Parts: sequence; C-alpha cells; structure tokens
Amino acid sequence: MAEIRNQAEISEQAEALKKAYAEWKTAADATTNKNKKYVTVSSEQVDPLYTPADTKSIDFLRDIGFPGEYPYTRGVHPSMYRGKPWTMRQFSGMGTPEQTNERYHFLLSQGQHGLSVAFDLPTLMGYDSDHERSLGEVGKCGVAVDTLLDMEKIFKGIDLGKISTSMTINAPASVLLAMYIVVAEKQGVPAEKLRGTLQNDILKEYIAQKEWIYPPEPSVKLIVDTIEFGTKKMPLWNTISISGYHIREAGATAVQELAFTLADGFTYIEKSIERGLDVDEFAPRLSFFFNAHMDFFEEIAKYRAARRIYAKRMRYKYDAKSERSWMLRFHTQTAGCSLNAQQPELNLIRTAYEAMSAVLGGTQSLHTNSMDETLALPSDKAALLALRTQQVLAEETGVINTIDPLAGSYYVEAMTNRMEAECEAYFAEIDRRGGVMRCIEEGFLQREIAKAAYTYQREIDSKERIIVGVNGYVLENEQIDIPILKIDESVAELQRQSIKKAKSIRDQDKVTRTLNDLRQACRDNKNTMPFIIDCVRQYTTMGEICDAMKDVYGEYIEPPNL
Amino acid sequence: MSDKIRILLAKAGLDGHDRGIKVIAAAFRDAGFEVIYTGLRQTPEMIVDAALQEDVDAVGVSILSGAHMTLFPAIRKLMEERNCADMILFGGGIMSEDEITELGRKGVSKLYGPGTSTIEIVEYIKGAVAKKRAGEKLV
Amino acid sequence: MSVFDDFVRRDKRALARIITHIENRRENYRQLLAAVSRLPHQGYRIGITGPPGSGKSTLVDALVLRYIQQGLRVGVIAIDPSSPFTGGALLGDRIRMQHLVNRDSVFIRSMASRGESGGLAAATRDVTKVLDAFGMDLIIIETVGIGQIELDIVEACDSVVVVLVPESGDMIQTMKAGLMEIADIFCVNKIDRPGADRLLSILNSMVHERQTASSVEIRAVGTNGMNGEGVDSLAEAIEKHRGVITTGGELERRRGSQLKAEIVHAVRDRVVRQLEETIDFDGQFEHVSRQLASGELDLYSAADMIYDRYFRK
Ligand SMILES: Nc1nc2c(ncn2[C@@H]2O[C@H](COP(=O)(O)OP(=O)(O)OP(=O)(O)O)[C@@H](O)[C@H]2O)c(=O)[nH]1
Ligand SMILES: [Mg+2]
Repeated sequence: MAEIRNQAEISEQAEALKKAYAEWKTAADATTNKNKKYVTVSSEQVDPLYTPADTKSIDFLRDIGFPGEYPYTRGVHPSMYRGKPWTMRQFSGMGTPEQTNERYHFLLSQGQHGLSVAFDLPTLMGYDSDHERSLGEVGKCGVAVDTLLDMEKIFKGIDLGKISTSMTINAPASVLLAMYIVVAEKQGVPAEKLRGTLQNDILKEYIAQKEWIYPPEPSVKLIVDTIEFGTKKMPLWNTISISGYHIREAGATAVQELAFTLADGFTYIEKSIERGLDVDEFAPRLSFFFNAHMDFFEEIAKYRAARRIYAKRMRYKYDAKSERSWMLRFHTQTAGCSLNAQQPELNLIRTAYEAMSAVLGGTQSLHTNSMDETLALPSDKAALLALRTQQVLAEETGVINTIDPLAGSYYVEAMTNRMEAECEAYFAEIDRRGGVMRCIEEGFLQREIAKAAYTYQREIDSKERIIVGVNGYVLENEQIDIPILKIDESVAELQRQSIKKAKSIRDQDKVTRTLNDLRQACRDNKNTMPFIIDCVRQYTTMGEICDAMKDVYGEYIEPPNL
Repeated sequence: MSDKIRILLAKAGLDGHDRGIKVIAAAFRDAGFEVIYTGLRQTPEMIVDAALQEDVDAVGVSILSGAHMTLFPAIRKLMEERNCADMILFGGGIMSEDEITELGRKGVSKLYGPGTSTIEIVEYIKGAVAKKRAGEKLV
Repeated sequence: MSVFDDFVRRDKRALARIITHIENRRENYRQLLAAVSRLPHQGYRIGITGPPGSGKSTLVDALVLRYIQQGLRVGVIAIDPSSPFTGGALLGDRIRMQHLVNRDSVFIRSMASRGESGGLAAATRDVTKVLDAFGMDLIIIETVGIGQIELDIVEACDSVVVVLVPESGDMIQTMKAGLMEIADIFCVNKIDRPGADRLLSILNSMVHERQTASSVEIRAVGTNGMNGEGVDSLAEAIEKHRGVITTGGELERRRGSQLKAEIVHAVRDRVVRQLEETIDFDGQFEHVSRQLASGELDLYSAADMIYDRYFRK
C-alpha cells in the first residue's frame, strides 16, 4: 500500500516537473538568441537547462559514490587535495647534455625532487645526431641523446637512487630506459631502486603525434617488454603514461580523447595479460595523461567519466582484484592548441580556466603552458607566470577545500553520463573494426580526429565559433612579435663529436655482437630489454640499435586515408 | 569548363604535426581542388619530384619545426632547376614579418601564420592560379 | 624546342605537362595524342584493383621497386575518387609509394576519377598511351578501389591483379562471377592476418572450377605488403601470365577487343555530349518535359518522342 502511494507521488512529482519545465521553456525560448549555436568546444549540442529529469537514472552509490572508493568518479584518494595537493610539474628540455645537467643541478638545489627530460626530434625518431634527417633539428625542443655517454653527462653528479625522473620518449623508449638503468648501475644504484616515469605510449603516436619507428605490432611488443621487465625488475618505475594529450592536440573532441586513450590503455593491458602477466602486478603502475581544453564543464565531466569507465572495466572485464588496479591516476597539461599568437596575454587567462577544470576534475599532477608557447620556447617570465597560475589556484581560489564540488550538478552529471555512453559507443565501433591496432592501420581513428579538426576550423572560419583575438575582438594592426628561435648549430657539432668519441672508446666487436644478439632476440620473440641493455653498455648508438630492430620489424609509413 | 586546379601539399620537418595541413587539404578538396597529399617528413627533393610529375598549379608546404628559412629556399631553388618555376609556392608556419619578407624575395608567393582562415587561403590560391593560367601559352 | 621535342627526349617535366593537357582536353589535345601515339611504344600494362585499403598502393610500391632494380622503366597511374558534390579530390596513394621517390626510371601520376564510375579516370587510357610512348616498359594502373568490381580495368590492361584481404570472404561469394571475369591473378594481401589461408584455398578452388582448356590459368598468391613477403611470387605470377598470353595469341586478341571497346567509348562519349548540348534543338524538349510534369505524357512516351525527333532530324 505504502509503495503504491510512493509510486503515485513520484509520478505526480514528475508531472509537476514536466509542467514547470514546459512553462519555463516557453518563457526562455521567447528571449533566446536563436542565431547562436550552443555547443561545446567539441561541437556537442548543450541544452539550455538541466534538471533532475537528466539525472534520474543515477544511483548515488553505484555511479558517484565516495572519493577513494569504487567507481572513483569523485577521485582516487579519500582525502584528495586535503591529503596531498596535486604535483606542479613543469616539463622542459634544452640543448646539450651538459646544459641539461647544469639546469638539473639548479632545479634540485631549489628543492625540486623530480626531473623531467625532453628529447630533441631526432632522438624521438631514433636517428643519431649525424643522420641526414637530423639536419637542423639537433638539440632543439629538447636534449639530444646518441649514446650512453650523453646520458652519463645529463645525470652527472645526480644520485639516481634519490630522485624521480620522467622521460618523454616513445618509439625508442626502451633504449632510453636501458641507458638510464646502466647509468644508475655505474653509480651503484640497482634497477629496483629507480623511480620515474616513461611516456612509452606508441599507440597515440600512430593516432596523433606521429613520431614512430616500427609498425604497430612490434612496437606494442616492445612496450610489453618494458612492462614485463619493469614488473619483474623495477617495482618503483612507471613504465607507461597512456596519453590523450596529443590526441586532443591533433584536433580530437573530448569524447575522442577519452575513448581513444582508454582504448589504447586497454590494448596494452590485454597484450600484457596475453604475455602472461598478472593484471594486479602491473596495472597499479599504469598512469594516464590528459589534456585540459577550454570547455570547463565538458573537461570536468571527461575526467570523472574516465575514472568510472576505467574502474568498471578493470574490475569486471580484466578481473583485477586489487583496488589499486581499478584507479585511474592521471597527469594533465593545459591545451597548447587553445593558445594563440594574437594577443598572447590572453593565453594566461585561457590556461587559468583550463587548469581549474583539471583540478576540479581531480588530476594528480598538472603542467600549465606558458603564454608564449605557440611562438617559441617559453621565456623565463612566462614560465614563472605559468607556475604561479597553479599556485594561485591552489592557495587563493578555495577549489581544494572540498572534494569533487561539482558532483550532483544536473549538468555535470548528465555530461559525465553522456561522455561515458559516447565513449562506450566508440569502444564498440573499435571492437567491430577489429581493435585499436586494426583501426590505426586503416586510419579510422586518424580520420575521426581529422574530421573533428576540420569541423572546428570551419566553425572558426564561418565565425560560428569566436576565438578572441583571432576572428573576433581583433586588434587593428596588431604587430605579432615573433621572437626568432636561433638554432644553435654548435649543438649538432658537439653531438657529432660526442658520437665520434664514443665510437673511438668502444669495443667494436662487442658492439657488433650485442647488435646481432638483439636482432636474434627480435626474431625469436624474446623480451628485448636485457639485449638492449647489453647494447647500450657498449656505447652503441641509438640509431644503430633502432636500425638493428628495423632490420627485423620494418619501418612504419603513415596510412594514406585522409 | 575551366580546368581543375591541382595542388600538392606536403609536410616538411621531423615533427609530426599534421593537423593544420590536413585541415587545409580538406578545405581545398571541398573547394573543388584536386589535392595530392604526400605526407609527413618530406625533403625538398621529394616535394619537387612529386610536384614535377603531378604537374600541379601550386605547392603548399607546412613547416613547424623551425627549419623554414633553409627549407623554403631549397624547395624554390629545386623548382627553378627542374623547370617548375611557374608553380606557385606557398606555405605555413611560425615566422616573423622579416622572415616572410625575405622568403618572399626568394620566390615564396605567400606564407601564412597560425590562425589564418582556410577561406582566405583557398581564395588566394584560386586567384593566383587564375592569374598564372591567363599568362600561360599552349603546348 | 617545343614541349613535344622535350617529351621525345624523355624529359619528365614535358611528360607531366602533356598529361595535364590531355587530361583536361585542352585545345589540340587530339592532335597531340595522335602525335604521341605515333611514337614507338611497347609497354605492358598491369592493372591493380581491389577494395579500398586492401594494400594496392603498398604492393605497387613493392612491385615497382623490383622492376626498377631489374633496370625497367615504369609509369604508375594511381586513381582516387572525385567528390560527386564538389568535384574535389584528395589523392593520397603517393604516400605509400615512398620507395619510388626520386627515382629516374619511375613516373607516378595521381588522377582523380572525375565522375567516371568504372574504377578509372576519364582520361586514364589516354594517359596510359602517353606513358607508353614515353618509353615506359611497364605501366601500372591502380584503380579507385570503391569496393565494387571495377570492370573498366580490363579494357585498359593486359594483366589484371585483384587484391583481396583475408576479410574479403563475403565479398567473394557475392561477386564471384564478376571477379572471375576480371582477375588474371588473385592476390591475397595481409597474409599476416587470420583467415588468409582459408581465403587462398577458396580462391584456388574457385579458379579450379572455372578452368577450361581454352582459358589462361588464373593463379592466387598470398602477400604481406608490410614486409614484402610473397611479392616475388606475385611478380612471378604476373610474369607468367604475361608469358602465356603473349605466346598464345591471347594478348593480341585482348588488345583487339580493347580497341573496339575504345571506339565504342569514344563514340558513346560524343553522342552523349552532343545529346546533352543539343537535345532541345527545336524547343520540343522543354515542351515535352512540361507535358510529362502535368501528366499528359508518361516517361517512356516522352522519351520516344524526343528520340524520334532527335535522330530523325
Ligand atoms: N597488416 C597488413 N597491413 C598491410 C599490408 N599491406 C598493406 N597494409 C596496410 O593497409 C593499409 C592500406 O594500404 P594501401 O596500400 O594504402 O591500400 P590501397 O588498397 O592502396 O588503399 P586505397 O588506395 O585507399 O584503396 C595501410 O595502412 C598499409 O600499411 C599487409 O600485408 N599486412
Ligand atoms: Mg591506394
């Protein structure tokens, strides 16, 4: 009897809500500017108002719950930023190994505990500094590493047992990891004591950033090699940071960033399980890396949905038993692609909003871009302002006081649900097409992103979307002052000398033998890590090692589909 | 009916940032052009070799790695050597006014910085090709 | 020195310009084509067709690399679709042909289909002739690859390779007859994927079934475009087919019927063009259209009226 009355009451309430909504809608429609489109940065339609009707399917404990508890919609730590604020991690890289070393000593003396290494393009592509393709690119946007000699210089006088190092490297990641291990070994620090993170995410390279060497299959095999090696020998090391940042920068929508990144992650997980690894042994060391774009609420919903989707899959699909395996931890960087050359000070404002969305979305660490980043490497002042943006956020705005403050917002919860549903739809489509690797080969993911990028650009061209300073509120006769990047060609010369030196001190027979052993290991489908370590120990160059593996695996060429 | 406009688009430099050039390619396609896309990491030789065989009206190159001051003149020089000087060379990248002026002197018809509307680029090429064709003599 | 002289001297730039001239049907293109056709030529034409993404361009790259290493001169025509709405096209086959960049003995031309639906572009046959006259030993044509059988390739080539992938099983069942009609060689690419062996054996039994005493043997080979596995066998199969049809008289027969088909094409093109331009020569077309719209006439009676007037004029 009581139940029936309840039902009746509920439907009465629903009726009342419907009626009130209709009344409001008439009033609102009368004054709505209908010439404007109301869409997110991802060109998704947004309703003018959200009400309990949009969240009625939500079961609080099942879908939202508590921070630090499954499904982690509200965050991975019970106390979130009250326990530990997010890590402010600014990524940087420069010139020669010596210059980098000098910079690191300075940073460490200022109380920083973690180092972050950016490499130059030839290193990222597995070319030596003296390769013809490296012309004009050596030492720009990062440090050049050709042999162990360079890594020894970079970390000279730094105790690798005491710091944590993050290396942004993908296709040749295992070579750099091997060099790091050998440098530590020479310092007397065993691999199991090493702490740090390798980006090591090749799938997003094929999808977005396009710095690859071998085809997808062998590349993923190499990554599983590092995961296996790390699980067994380097318990403190994060072998992979599964990255959506670059996918978004290439023009993806928020949902595409979310879906493709998670799908990449699940691919590595499946391949590692296939290798015979126990999911609970390696999953706790996986981490993610997302973008923070301009659409405040859409981004927050994205982070929340990411944690929920991941937890569910890890628990039920991959049968992980440990709660640590269910948690999606992530680093965030504000969107470089949202910055503009026109009126560059506006970029400070953009970055601040983006940073706030990342924090409200529960990020574990954050990099804020400098306002002049679209034009050049950041100036000291701009770099400092970028860091200060995070400090203002943490100290002055009060966002850290309460956990996941937007939970329960009709809009944010509805958006979180929508993100999850659209993400699942992409998963289904990717499965239908035979998985991520097949989709990459056929260009499906790349095409989806290119389409989104084109839609976005057309909205700007037609002024449906206004970007302040670019196609609206333009300053007449604005002089865009572009600081000229002087490429220091002496870096390339120094690197060439360094390669010569390495080649003169090494034992060529051992080089040849270890390279042959590596080729054979590739053919025999063995874990390559021990063989790569043997190679780097002999001062074999990065290019020689990558070429040896190319002999077996072949080289990747982008798929033509546009 | 006037002939289709054929253009070649290429990405030079070691980086893989092809978002811009792909958007431009789609814009040209939708404007009725035939667009030959040669992909990432193209050297001046590769670009001019393809342009010659495809006999395009214009060659567009995106260079974001900072090597524009060496690559654009190298491309132009090869175009002249191989009897392709009639082709329009245009491009995109991050460069200063002075650099743009200098490259203009070296035969690069037009350079676009970040944030240029694709409509503007398409219109420019349409106009430039029409002008070029008006001056062409028959085989 | 005229462009034509440069062409005779085997200048690639001149070749490229002449192709453009002919592709666009510019003034005098027919005289130009006739002059070109009078030059000595002896090229052999290989067609590569198959569903989108099956690996056609990848295989062209691998095959041509072999041919030029044997000292042959090779022309490649790669066709991609034009948009029916804007007429624009994105031609991306070149990306896959990275091994053929900067090679003296290779010439690659991308063509947009420009409204043709048979897998070729309108001017493909003409461009083939130009490449042939330029002294190419081999001319390879990669069709659009729109997922249906592209019949026109048979009329433009001497040997036709149909490239399939392990997932093409269903397509084979429904298009069996058509496929058998165009294929001289079946190539199952992407043998690194599951299902390749099965497809190969299906193809082999299909081929077996069809084999009669008179017809030239069809072969099926497996390849991996990524690492080049099987490409030698593919090249061999093509060579073998060429040998058989050349010595058996089949090549002449083929070329003879191709020429007839070309005449029919040319006449049909002219008739269609003329019809489109002058269909309303006496103002009756408008009139009949109105009658059709008002229901006074049905479609076929209207067509009869126009046909009779037009061809009796
Ligand atoms: N796994 C695998 N992939 C291949 C193989 N051959 C080619 N591919 C991949 O298949 C994709 C399509 O190859 P293409 O050569 O462009 O195919 P296509 O038939 O020319 O494509 P369209 O011209 O677009 O119709 C590319 O990503 C190739 O890398 C192979 O043997 N195995
Ligand atoms: Mg192709």
